[in-house]
Amino acid sequence: MTLAEISSSLLYVAFVAYLIATFVFGGAVKGNKEGTFKSESRWGMVAITITLIGFAANLGYFFTRWGATGHAPLSNMFEFTTAFGMTLVGGFIILYFLYKTPVLGMIVLPVALLIIAFASMFPSEVSPLIPALQTNWLAIHVSTVVIAEGILAISAAAGLIYLLKVVDLTKKSKQRMGLEAIMYSLVLVLGFVVASSFFSLTGYEAEFTYVDKESKDAAVTYTMPPLFGMNDYVALTDDAMTPLVEMPAIVHAGKLTTVVWSILVGTVLYWLIRLVFRKRIAAILKPFVKNVNIQLMDEIGYRAVIIGFPVFTLGALIFAMIWAQIAWSRFWGWDPKEVWALITWLFYAAYLHLRLGKGWQGEKSAWLAVLGFIIIMFNLVAVNLIIAGLHSYA
Amino acid sequence: MEKLQCQCGHINPPGTNLCESCGRSLTEKEQNSKLVDMRYEGTARRSQTYNKSIIDKIWNFFSSVKVGVGIIVLLLVAAAIGTILPQKAFVPANTEATIKEYYADTYGVVGQIYHALGFHDLYSSFWFIILVGMLAISLIIASLDRFVPLYKSLKNQRVLRHPSFMDKQRIYAEGPGAEDTLKKAEEKLSELKYKVRTDKNGLLAEKGRFSRWGPYVNHIGLIIFLFGVMLRMMPGFYIDESLWIREGETRAIPEVPGYYLENKNFELENYSGEGGEEIFGEALDRVGTVAKNYQTDIVLYKKKEDALPGAVDGQEVVKEYPIRVNQPLKFAGYAIYQMDFRLDELKAMTFSFINKETEESFGELTIDLIDPKKDYELDNGASVKLIGYYPDFSGFENGEPQTATPLPNNPGFLVKLFTPDTPEGETSFITIKNTVEPLGENEYKLAFQSVETRDVSGLTVRKDSTLPILGLGGLIFMIGVAQGMYFNHRRFWIQQKTDGTILLAGHTNKNWFGLKKDLNQVVEYASLPAYTDQQDEIEKQEKAEKEGEVLS
Repeated sequence: MTLAEISSSLLYVAFVAYLIATFVFGGAVKGNKEGTFKSESRWGMVAITITLIGFAANLGYFFTRWGATGHAPLSNMFEFTTAFGMTLVGGFIILYFLYKTPVLGMIVLPVALLIIAFASMFPSEVSPLIPALQTNWLAIHVSTVVIAEGILAISAAAGLIYLLKVVDLTKKSKQRMGLEAIMYSLVLVLGFVVASSFFSLTGYEAEFTYVDKESKDAAVTYTMPPLFGMNDYVALTDDAMTPLVEMPAIVHAGKLTTVVWSILVGTVLYWLIRLVFRKRIAAILKPFVKNVNIQLMDEIGYRAVIIGFPVFTLGALIFAMIWAQIAWSRFWGWDPKEVWALITWLFYAAYLHLRLGKGWQGEKSAWLAVLGFIIIMFNLVAVNLIIAGLHSYA
Repeated sequence: MEKLQCQCGHINPPGTNLCESCGRSLTEKEQNSKLVDMRYEGTARRSQTYNKSIIDKIWNFFSSVKVGVGIIVLLLVAAAIGTILPQKAFVPANTEATIKEYYADTYGVVGQIYHALGFHDLYSSFWFIILVGMLAISLIIASLDRFVPLYKSLKNQRVLRHPSFMDKQRIYAEGPGAEDTLKKAEEKLSELKYKVRTDKNGLLAEKGRFSRWGPYVNHIGLIIFLFGVMLRMMPGFYIDESLWIREGETRAIPEVPGYYLENKNFELENYSGEGGEEIFGEALDRVGTVAKNYQTDIVLYKKKEDALPGAVDGQEVVKEYPIRVNQPLKFAGYAIYQMDFRLDELKAMTFSFINKETEESFGELTIDLIDPKKDYELDNGASVKLIGYYPDFSGFENGEPQTATPLPNNPGFLVKLFTPDTPEGETSFITIKNTVEPLGENEYKLAFQSVETRDVSGLTVRKDSTLPILGLGGLIFMIGVAQGMYFNHRRFWIQQKTDGTILLAGHTNKNWFGLKKDLNQVVEYASLPAYTDQQDEIEKQEKAEKEGEVLS
């Protein structure tokens, strides 16, 4: 077994451990009558032990891959996103030992699972570094960012629990819709994972040539049946499905196809869940947060931000600027990734001012924390895949 | 507005909520509330006091948190809009007209609107800069409005406070005490690293006051940073030049007087997937070529102090260095970066002078494509005269050959060929692809033999004297954030009345849990009366009332 193979197996072990731990945490929450755990239940103990085993395997994945590639495994979409899932779990483990809150594990672990599964849909083979990335700043800058984002995401998880507890799901309201929209988007990610896995297992591939927006000839490979065709497309694969609609050159129909398949599969999954349980997903989760101490969740959410914000400033702005000055000769260039890091920073600055200066605590603060996570995910997913820039390493 | 005199005799500046000296509530609002508002120690903030003149209005506008957050949100939204389509710097067009055309052609109506609104250059638009400027003003005014009175108040605070100040603190206790209670409390608080001051029958214990300055310190950091960014617009602080330099060339470095750079060799290396790189094989198969290294081996020269201008040996070698990505050449406050390259630019072309029929040769000539000679002498009395040179031949205009650029991408030569047989010369126009004989059929021709090429390295010359200022700003910001977030300002006031009764009040700017933990230790050691958290009490009461309403 090579080091790279060991690394992949360890990631698999971590994934399975997190999956099991999710359910055990669920059980621990159900059996618990108190919101905060002065002492933890037996199930809580079992769940955190499984999580710790998973996290150890996760760290093992990270460092064996580092050994195999010769560089910090933070250089492309697969590596960064996987690391994000790992820091999310790491952040949760720290908070668990501070506050003994199994309910946080029940929310964080499935989200981390979803993130790692999402990461695995991207090419995961060991790839070499382009010259701009060949420096220790890769490890310094990106690891700080990924740790900061993991911590900030914890605040969103705490916010989500807060909202599940306080939002009245029996009456129609904006809050209820917003909460269900969050659940729906999480299921859409699952839809992407299911669709990608299905078509990749069945080995679907269709090649096309097309004319790109600069009027040059280009080629594209679809890994899902082409719902949308590229500008002036010509099929190279004989039995490929004929695209339903041809898109203009500025729209990348291949990516659009992936998005639409994910939405289709995700929506089907969502309604299946609704059909089976006969209630909203938020309502399915509601009984689990019955005993949650909302003041504690508010406190955890705030703590996560005041730790995550300075780390984010250091990693995503200060270290980023130092490296940009060395590699690209300027510390700031309004590259989309830089801009979205600034947006994230401004957002959390606004969060802190509203909380400390305007008394936005509790529910308002919880909504903001969830919104912060959405911004982070946008920067991770959309800015890498849709908006082209210097950071498009995926 | 008039100054406010408190019952204790102290004269407070207008707008004060709590007497600076004894802490009595001075406003009706404070007198009626159950707990005093301790956020800025009840001091008189300018923004809360005056609202008459235009200056007052501007001051009040910028000192508001609501306005500050509003500016942050506007900046955030504007920044996001700028990423919808690429900014003009990332677009493959240079002139205003071609940029406009590019947005219209590539993005259709959306692109036209985006361009028309100026969003293609959003981050240098005047309104975006004004927003950043407003943020800076807000940072300064909001900080001054709070910091100055807060500082004064904490510096001048007295040990003894009026009972009405103490019983409106969130943590409060009242009850009998022993003779040595104050003394023991002082001991324990000192042990817990509190600074304790005593006065007559009372004490004030304080810890972590510096954490109150955290927000102002981090705002100073941000202001210094923004100042540094502004400073780059001043001449002399910032240089950004590009330098294209061919292999073998020595060039003066633009904007860096007295320094020269020689390009000895440029190298582009790709990953091979062999020899230790087998592990990358799969990735390389998927994406194709991946660059491993861009490198320019340079020699840096400096003009000698006493050298005459233009003297050949008037330079000394300062440094030989391989400039690579992430490894710029640094000297005398300047840095030179590897940014771009062009491979295999034509350097020189070699032709053979031959008789078309007999193929008899008069020898070869080599024309340098950057700095060509005019006359070339060959064997047996033959010679070539270069009448016209068109480095990037693009066609004829009015019978005249044209060149698109000064770069030798497609060289064209207008030559006259002389031999002893043809002393008046034959005219020929030669390009890479063909030869034109504009003045009739010739006997002789230049036959293409070979071409020499070399690489051109694209370097960026940079000086940025503002970097230390930006670094300082960043550092101060981080210190301020840590100072304000990870430390807190805790205070206890304890008084013993003549009848032995103890009054105890406690306040912290955050982390009440930590404050209570400290206090529990003191209570136990000095047998202080049991305290209550009055805010919790109020909340409980409100909750009970609410539930009562629901039930009734």
